[in-house]
Amino acid sequence: MRKIKSGCDLEKWREDILSKQKQNGVVISVCGGTGCHAYGCKKVKDEFAKTIRKKRNDQTIHLKFTGCRGFCERGPIVTIQPQGIFYQKVQEKDVPLILSETVEKGKILDHLLYEDLMTKQSVTSEKDIPFYKAQCRLVMGNNGLIEPTKIEDYIGIGGYQALAKALFQMKPDQIIEEIKSSGLRGRGGAGFPTGRKWEDCRKAPGEVKYIICNCDEGDPGAYMDRSLLEGSPHSVLEGMIIGAFAIGGSHGYIYVRHEYLLACKNAEKAIIQAGKAGLLGNNILGSGFSFDVEVAKGGGAFVCGESTALVASIEGRIGEPRSKQVHMVEQGLWGKPTNLNNVETWSNVPLIINKGSPWFSSIGTEKSKGTKIFSLVGKVKNTGLVEVPMGITLKEIIFDIGGGQRDGKPIKAVQTGGPSGGCIPASLFDLPVDFDSLTKVGSMMGSGGMIVMDEGTCMVDVAKYFVHFLQEESCGKCLPCREGLKRMGEILDRITEGKGDAGSLSLLEELGEVVADTSLCGLGKTAPNPVLSALRYFRSEFEAHVYQKKCPAAVCTPLIQYSISETDCTGCGACKKVCPTQAIQGDKKQSHRILEDLCSKCGSCKDVCKANAVMVQ
Amino acid sequence: MDFEKVGKIIDKHQQKRTALISILHDIQDHYNHLPEEALKKVASRLKMDLNDIYGVATFYKAFSLIPKGRHSITLCLGTACHVRGGPKILREVTKLLNIEPGQTTKDKKFSFCAIGPVMFADGKFYGEMNPVKAKRVIEKIGKNRKKGNEVKS
Amino acid sequence: MERKTVNVTIDGRSLDVEEGSTILLAAREFGIHIPTLCYLEHLSPYGGCRICVVEISNNGGGRTYIDTSCTHEVREGMVIQTGSPRIIRARKMLAELLVASAPNVKVAQDIAARMGLVKVRFPFEDNRCILCGLCIRMCYEQMDGKALGFVGRGMGRKVSMPFEVRPDTCRLCRGCDYVCPGVIVPCQGIKDPGELCGRCVRIEDMPTCCPMGTFGCFCEKNPL
Repeated sequence: MRKIKSGCDLEKWREDILSKQKQNGVVISVCGGTGCHAYGCKKVKDEFAKTIRKKRNDQTIHLKFTGCRGFCERGPIVTIQPQGIFYQKVQEKDVPLILSETVEKGKILDHLLYEDLMTKQSVTSEKDIPFYKAQCRLVMGNNGLIEPTKIEDYIGIGGYQALAKALFQMKPDQIIEEIKSSGLRGRGGAGFPTGRKWEDCRKAPGEVKYIICNCDEGDPGAYMDRSLLEGSPHSVLEGMIIGAFAIGGSHGYIYVRHEYLLACKNAEKAIIQAGKAGLLGNNILGSGFSFDVEVAKGGGAFVCGESTALVASIEGRIGEPRSKQVHMVEQGLWGKPTNLNNVETWSNVPLIINKGSPWFSSIGTEKSKGTKIFSLVGKVKNTGLVEVPMGITLKEIIFDIGGGQRDGKPIKAVQTGGPSGGCIPASLFDLPVDFDSLTKVGSMMGSGGMIVMDEGTCMVDVAKYFVHFLQEESCGKCLPCREGLKRMGEILDRITEGKGDAGSLSLLEELGEVVADTSLCGLGKTAPNPVLSALRYFRSEFEAHVYQKKCPAAVCTPLIQYSISETDCTGCGACKKVCPTQAIQGDKKQSHRILEDLCSKCGSCKDVCKANAVMVQ
Repeated sequence: MDFEKVGKIIDKHQQKRTALISILHDIQDHYNHLPEEALKKVASRLKMDLNDIYGVATFYKAFSLIPKGRHSITLCLGTACHVRGGPKILREVTKLLNIEPGQTTKDKKFSFCAIGPVMFADGKFYGEMNPVKAKRVIEKIGKNRKKGNEVKS
Repeated sequence: MERKTVNVTIDGRSLDVEEGSTILLAAREFGIHIPTLCYLEHLSPYGGCRICVVEISNNGGGRTYIDTSCTHEVREGMVIQTGSPRIIRARKMLAELLVASAPNVKVAQDIAARMGLVKVRFPFEDNRCILCGLCIRMCYEQMDGKALGFVGRGMGRKVSMPFEVRPDTCRLCRGCDYVCPGVIVPCQGIKDPGELCGRCVRIEDMPTCCPMGTFGCFCEKNPL
């Protein structure tokens, strides 16, 4: 680990790193994102490491364990440079073959390539895969190139160049002007102009100012911030240091939810490395500017993603939000001016400083500049993290990148913005995705969660799900959120049990409006959105539950019935074996029957039936 | 129970109030819950009111004031997993283990949203679950149990 | 001594109110009534019940927002409405939620009555604590007992003492009972011919402790 004391030192270090990298013959990158971990990527990486050590090739093979590559559906992902080969769903047993065939002999293993389901053609390189083609991976792109715990890798790809430029070639006011003209808006959900926030914080009176990175990421279905902090923690740090210099910050915190073990660890390691290298701490790069950062852990509270609750959490208090009449930039952590930004926002800063605001503002739409990372999940074929320029339509994301429907059921809606957002029906998929367009139709872009739903998803059930989630996460301070959400949950429970009545829907709407109007913080204010938007676009589903006591999507258990089609049933008995309540009767090779009174509607029979004979209505 | 470890944990975090939650995490990792004596020690060392520490310990879902079970099963019920059938698995698991949902830690997200529904049992992740697979995993854990411990989360 | 004032408009009246004052206190000074629940003079404002909400426009322009008058500071040029249709609707629903949760707490009944509520569309519960937090603020700010606090969160939130045991710092000053709006028992109307129930009048009929289910058990376990 080198300690560098000037901008020139940094350049020299980079040159040394690059010349050393030139000696690498083949670079094998195994994706170490948490999604791939669940698919066993660590075993794959260990197997590579073991085999490479044993082989002792004349070719120098360099093995990298990188951050999340985004195509989580197809993990574990392994790429081979310089050939530019992209292998997916790699298992431990594939490793020796990859080394002997692809690396040594240059032969490509077809069964590990991505196969385009439309054209049935195998695709060798990443840039040709439809999932990646329409993306613009400016921020997440680094993940595939570096090992997150190796600062040298980050420096090798140009890391900390922006910091050197900011410290030595720019003044704090200039930096703020640059961020302002870039048009960067907060990526955490609210979309407040970042440059203006920095400016307000800089202007606020006080010697001590705090810089915070929000990695609480509470939205269910969102994991962009996690993958960014895990895969490229130095880009976040670099952004924070530049921001601190521009604003006059003295100390910083990266607030990470405790469930993100790897992100916490990698952030802590990055901080230590940057400190040892002279890029963090006292007299950074010999500029005279000092700034240090520490990691603060969350305790399991979605509400702590809200800035005042987050600050309370860091102060060692319960995560209770407070009134925002006096903004955080004037009085935040310990009453001092505090600038809080999201992980993705911070990661964009080095890019803007390096490439300039005209470049950044050329991407995206008039009011929403740059790219946005989305977590595309749910009932869609290609799930994972996608980074696209603002202004791209929902249709392009869900169909061109996402590959369209998954289980054979047409896509009905997409939920954006998490529990603060709403659902958007398929008829509106031509809408561009940016800060304002989705808000106009009752949802919001939010932090980037995009959950695709098909005909098999019950929108009443989804509304109920979000209300229950928010009930659990509400801090309980204010009446409308605490009691209002409770009553909304009760009404939705009754509706999904077939006990709704004529007044239920209007009461739900009335309650929703008051909760939105009178709640203290963003959690409560936006809590009714999922319900109100579901009512707006899928009112017929609600009415079916209330008046006909039916669930059109066949999800709400009290309203559905399982039965076996006599004509399709082969009598294999698989369903009978897995039925937990012994509700299935039938002899071998003869059509089976489900006894309604005993059926628990668990769906196990449908899951195992190979003949697709189980019907739900 | 000896509480010397508590003092060491607080020292490691330099007695900082900003590290309170991290301190509580470390204490819980060691003692498998937050014992009353440990919290009293934290209050006195950090010069905070016991009342406030107790409030923090009961506010954040990560902390438990009662000892947790030997095996821990956490089921993701995030939106993506929900949409792919999460609740069905929850029903199956609660029935199998005879525990109320209140005793199951319903961690809302694992960030494996792309491969849900996800179950996390005893340190291992299982993706793309359904009720039948879940039953098999639990049975396997049951066989590996040394004594007849209740399964709590 | 000259005090600094700012000019605001409340319900159409142009008023010069003390700078740094909250909307609630400024309104009170001029006889404009805004109902409250979790606010008590001499204790810090909490903003938890949301009953005192008003509709505010920072400069008289078109855009308005809603915030609690007990916490919101006055600023020059603010235009405030304490009884706009949006506010009345909100307050009525809040009252409905409150009384559905605590129908036997007198204050809840009062607010419901003031808002003209007759039908409650939610199933009744019978909480005796309305989670206003006055007892906690009294304990911390006035009596320096530091014995009470909120425990848990969301719907499961309640007021309690650490580990459900009265700490040494509690001197049984009874400040908490004194400020608790739930202590006052609802009126029972006619007691005997010619007599009213009088529970709110007769000292000896006052409960010796706070409402059951809150922290009453502490006083029983630790009698004076």
